[in-house]
Amino acid sequence: MATRELDSPSRRGFLTATAAIGGGLLLGFGLPARSEVRDTLTTDAPFAPNAFLRIDRTGKVTFVSPMIEMGQGTYTSLPMLIAEELEIDVDAIAIEHSPADDKVYANPAIGIQMTGASKSIRGFYGPLRQAGAAARVMLVTAAAQGWKVDPSACRAESGTVVHTASGRKLGYGALVDAAAKLPVPEKIALKEPAQFKLIGTPHRRLDCAGKVDGTAKFGIDTRLPGMKFAVLAQSPTFGGKLRAVDEAKAKAVRGVSQVVRLDDAVAVVASHTFAAKQGLAAANPQWDPGPNAKVSMTDIVGQLARPSEKPGAVARHEGDAARVIAAAAHKVEAVYEQPFLAHATMEPMNCTVQITKDGCDVWVGTQVPGMTQAAVVKLTGLKREQVRIHNHLLGGGFGRRLDYDGTVRAVQIAQQVSGPVQVIWMREEDIQHDMYRPHYYDRISAGLDAQGKPVGWSHRIAGSSIIARYYGPAAVKNGVDRDAVEASANQPYDVGAIHVDYVQQEPPAGMHTSWWRGVGATRGTFVVESFMDELAVGAKRDSLAYRIALLDKQPRAKNVLQIAAEQSGWGKPLPAGRGRGIALCIGFGSFVAQVVEVNVAKNGAVNPTQVWCAVDCGVQVNPDTIRAQMESGIVFGLSAALYGEITIKDGRVEQTNFGDYRVLRIHETPRIDVVLVKNLEAPGGIGEPGTSCVMPALTNAIFAATGKRIRKLPVADQVRETV
Amino acid sequence: MITLNVNGTLRNLDIPDDMPLLWALRDVLNMTGTKFGCGMGLCGACTIHIDGFPTRSCVTPVSAAANKRITTIEAIGNTSAGKKVQAAWLALDVPQCGYCQSGQIMSASALVAANAKPSDGDIDAAMAGNICRCGTYPRIRAAIKKAAGDKEV
Repeated sequence: MATRELDSPSRRGFLTATAAIGGGLLLGFGLPARSEVRDTLTTDAPFAPNAFLRIDRTGKVTFVSPMIEMGQGTYTSLPMLIAEELEIDVDAIAIEHSPADDKVYANPAIGIQMTGASKSIRGFYGPLRQAGAAARVMLVTAAAQGWKVDPSACRAESGTVVHTASGRKLGYGALVDAAAKLPVPEKIALKEPAQFKLIGTPHRRLDCAGKVDGTAKFGIDTRLPGMKFAVLAQSPTFGGKLRAVDEAKAKAVRGVSQVVRLDDAVAVVASHTFAAKQGLAAANPQWDPGPNAKVSMTDIVGQLARPSEKPGAVARHEGDAARVIAAAAHKVEAVYEQPFLAHATMEPMNCTVQITKDGCDVWVGTQVPGMTQAAVVKLTGLKREQVRIHNHLLGGGFGRRLDYDGTVRAVQIAQQVSGPVQVIWMREEDIQHDMYRPHYYDRISAGLDAQGKPVGWSHRIAGSSIIARYYGPAAVKNGVDRDAVEASANQPYDVGAIHVDYVQQEPPAGMHTSWWRGVGATRGTFVVESFMDELAVGAKRDSLAYRIALLDKQPRAKNVLQIAAEQSGWGKPLPAGRGRGIALCIGFGSFVAQVVEVNVAKNGAVNPTQVWCAVDCGVQVNPDTIRAQMESGIVFGLSAALYGEITIKDGRVEQTNFGDYRVLRIHETPRIDVVLVKNLEAPGGIGEPGTSCVMPALTNAIFAATGKRIRKLPVADQVRETV
Repeated sequence: MITLNVNGTLRNLDIPDDMPLLWALRDVLNMTGTKFGCGMGLCGACTIHIDGFPTRSCVTPVSAAANKRITTIEAIGNTSAGKKVQAAWLALDVPQCGYCQSGQIMSASALVAANAKPSDGDIDAAMAGNICRCGTYPRIRAAIKKAAGDKEV
């Protein structure tokens, strides 16, 4: 994939080059042809049957993708849906990032233009097949009218329409002018799964060519004539204000042109990032630390622990769990804690802005172009059509780019700068001013009968409400943040009487919480699946058999558990210091089970050696993408479970960079085996459940290996401390 | 003024001697294939070759590269090892978000050029400095083995 700028060489010229490069590679290695990805806002095709498709007179098909590519493979799986019904070669599709539009490009499963919540396939599985089919019907009708035959006597095939009886054939390019004059058919029969040629068959990613030769364009790669570079510092303490900067010293650095002061931040503008960075150091910003100057983790955890002793807003209540637990033969109770987490996308936060008399152009990679545009409209007072969001490939999303704080900052700075400016966050700024996954504090208890079967279950979750901040407090109904109780209120096990409630408690003002890969399912699954393991231990039962016995109403969950267990050799003895742990995640419309095998060294060092993963996500669009997302989710989850933790001291984040915010590296990565379950259930999401499932599978494995129950993440040195 | 040999082309640049190569490439020469990740040599996203050796450009001043051959992702495909590595990367669909992959490919190309049959331990040693948040490590490992096993391309 080559990301093309608007002023790039002509399409024809590019195609010629593509054919040569792609053709050569195809002969040599059987590689796909290069696909093309472009910025938005161009239209030169006569046939645009809907917002997602354009076909020009050469027959070239352009897909305007409502969802953005951030690694999850959506720039391959969504085109597959189009191509399946349009009867074209997937590799020939050019892809454009969609412009900001919360209506035209809304994800139907979400309601706005958002790439997230593992909902791209779930939202577009129907609509994009419809879009492809509508275009096909119009092209076939146009050909049939030209030939004066009945459309039913014609068929679409590999980018052409064929009159079956006579063998006459016309390419789509020759038909687009006639097709464009036809009405768009409203209802079209889509293919039955048995007719699928593409859906369900692994297809190489369309976005890889540019990602192996350096030509793929991320937001940070934006280069404009006369563009300046700005490095910023925001108040290191949450809620602090800028007090003073040494502007003269900053400007003495060669290349520095300007110091931009904001209420709670400062940016140094220069001819290149190095000068801007040096200028910022020379500016030596002084801060008024504000009201949180003394806040530490003890305060924050205390603010969660105390209110969680009292009842919260009820998320689920069936039977009298408190009474049943009190009267049960055996009672198990525990407190679980999960830390603040940063996203640490490989591409640090950045945004390029140019404000002119005509409006504001924003070059950025975002999961929410429409919300980003609305935020800039609000900040600048411009009209919506004057704010142009040029989306880019995302150098990692994981939820971080569901927020537009970086764009707001960049526009605030650009308002004081003449000409285009790229605002870039150094890694330290990126880690210390993230929108963090909340710190959660859970109290959970269960009563078991004499046979060890659960008869009552009580679970209280205390933590920040992301929904209240992100969508507004009105989105939190009856005091329950539905994300915070996800995978907890709707946990799948038959546990008898059940009570789940939620206590909202926010961190210090100025510290923001947000979505992080797996969202509520990641938080809830860790607690529920860890506690289920505790119950199995309390009941002296095998933890797989114990789960299976409580999942009579969940055949798909049972199935993935059994597959993962079987793959792993569950039950076979292991040498001392090794253990297997199992966990289940039902979320995003998918069912995932994983077994982690861990080796714990004599000094307590924890090393996950292998993960077996079974996934049932219903209809599979691109099976290899599902495997890749399970691998990805597992590595991401292991990073967090083993090391991930943002801590606060003196009102500021203690971690700064990959040295102290550690993530998994290649030598620490276990072998990962993924088994896909085939069926025709509705498609489920696959970007997140792999992450949610692996954390408790890991800590359950640590228990199996050592007898040490991890109730507080990350694992860090907890096992070392016990040996 | 400093003269840099970037991908075989001599470039005269009026920049400070202590400017990290990363910013010279990205901001002065507009060669954006080399990525900024951490600025401290911790993540490997900025990896380039200096005289064939994988080097973190974010902590290497331009003065250290004077009179040496600088190779970046934009030209690594002109080397035998780089070409094989890129082909293996494509064949196994290694990239996800893709942001770290320039650096991964530069580190992997140096390994494959120097070691015809890298073991898992060799791969760990050569690649442990390159972080991938998408977790493409299993495919990186497989692709390096594939690239090393491929005949000349």
